[in-house]
Amino acid sequence: MAHDHDDHDHHDHDHGSELSEMQIRVRALESVLTEKGYVEPAALDAIIEAYETKIGPHNGARVVAKAWTDPAFRQALLEDATKAVGTLGHVARTGDHLVAVENTPQRHNMVVCTLCSCYPWEMLGLPPVWYKAAPYRSRAVKDPRGVLADLGLALPKDTEIRVWDSTAETRFLVLPMRPKGTEGWSEEQLAKLVTRDSMIGTGFPKTPGAPS
Amino acid sequence: MNGVHDMGGMDGFGKVEIEPNEPVFHSRWEARTMALVRAMGAAGAFNIDTSRFYREALPPHVYLSSSYYKKWLLGLEDLLVDKGYVAPEEVEKGHALKPTKAPPRGTFRRDDVERILVRGTFSRAPQAPAKFKPGDRVRCKNIHPATHTRLPRYVRGHVGVVELNHGSQVFPDSAAIGAGDDPQWLYTVVFTSAELWGADADPTVKISIDAFEPYLEHA
Repeated sequence: MAHDHDDHDHHDHDHGSELSEMQIRVRALESVLTEKGYVEPAALDAIIEAYETKIGPHNGARVVAKAWTDPAFRQALLEDATKAVGTLGHVARTGDHLVAVENTPQRHNMVVCTLCSCYPWEMLGLPPVWYKAAPYRSRAVKDPRGVLADLGLALPKDTEIRVWDSTAETRFLVLPMRPKGTEGWSEEQLAKLVTRDSMIGTGFPKTPGAPS
Repeated sequence: MNGVHDMGGMDGFGKVEIEPNEPVFHSRWEARTMALVRAMGAAGAFNIDTSRFYREALPPHVYLSSSYYKKWLLGLEDLLVDKGYVAPEEVEKGHALKPTKAPPRGTFRRDDVERILVRGTFSRAPQAPAKFKPGDRVRCKNIHPATHTRLPRYVRGHVGVVELNHGSQVFPDSAAIGAGDDPQWLYTVVFTSAELWGADADPTVKISIDAFEPYLEHA
């Protein structure tokens, strides 16, 4: 928030007092666990750094772009996503139980976790706040078209919407449709069009020439 | 447990709003909390199902009014105290004061970080052949366990079709309460919107869950 330290703003001030209470509380627990020798602070730093700099939607975007340009990889991805992603080596890594679901003109896929916040971390990084919050978790399974409308997405009325509730350790990655006007584009160019939300099913990829 | 975390189909929570250019963390304590939960889990202090159960067990008003990582921290504190890894007065004072049980896998170190960035497998050898196969009609049992379960309320008693078999995996209902992996077959089961939400529901919508075999019976 741009005005985080603006004491004139009462709204931010209220927000700030919860933050400092939480900072103190987390620091206290970290001190206990460090003094007891359960965790090294440097290990915590490294975990945070990985999720802030290395693991994010760019990982999933590379997988999607590869599927758009390489029919054999697309087929392999849809058959066994964990195995297919494993063949990409350093580009992206994923654990077991990854399932890729493909959008078509007939069917739009959308992923939710109504019970908590299950999300393909290795492909998309940590989930955004809205994915973990009550409005999305409550409505995605009952009124997905309404949720998509909230987000500015209009699908044709007869397009089937398939909602995948991630209630176990299976992790779902939506393979969005390749945007028109990208014939001949390289994987690297295509990956830049693939947004996080397009891989959750709450957005579409960017289109060529549109402002980013 | 029939907690407020089981939100599928509830009304009244308002519009979904995406924060543009959302940062990975909104403050440093969120980042530290995430890292502490991952580190203590990797040190063997608890499994992922137990940590979910502790967040679900927060009082409903606390669950609904706390930010995501606040729930993680509150659940972590409760869990570490209950399992005997820290004493309540230590959490309060912010210092180690007495000897307590150490996590089974010992100190979580910098060298251990790389291995937790890719998830381990939840697959386990099956205890029996699979009862269901893709195409089978199944009914989700009308069950209401008081402890952790991954069968959401909105599908209980409803009939769907088995679409995928994901193999035999750790059963969260058992693992969450420390009763072992008790591996069970896991299926994707798909429902029509009318089956779940009534005749007025949008006929173009289908919803699936991943259901462990003990949640299901032939329909």
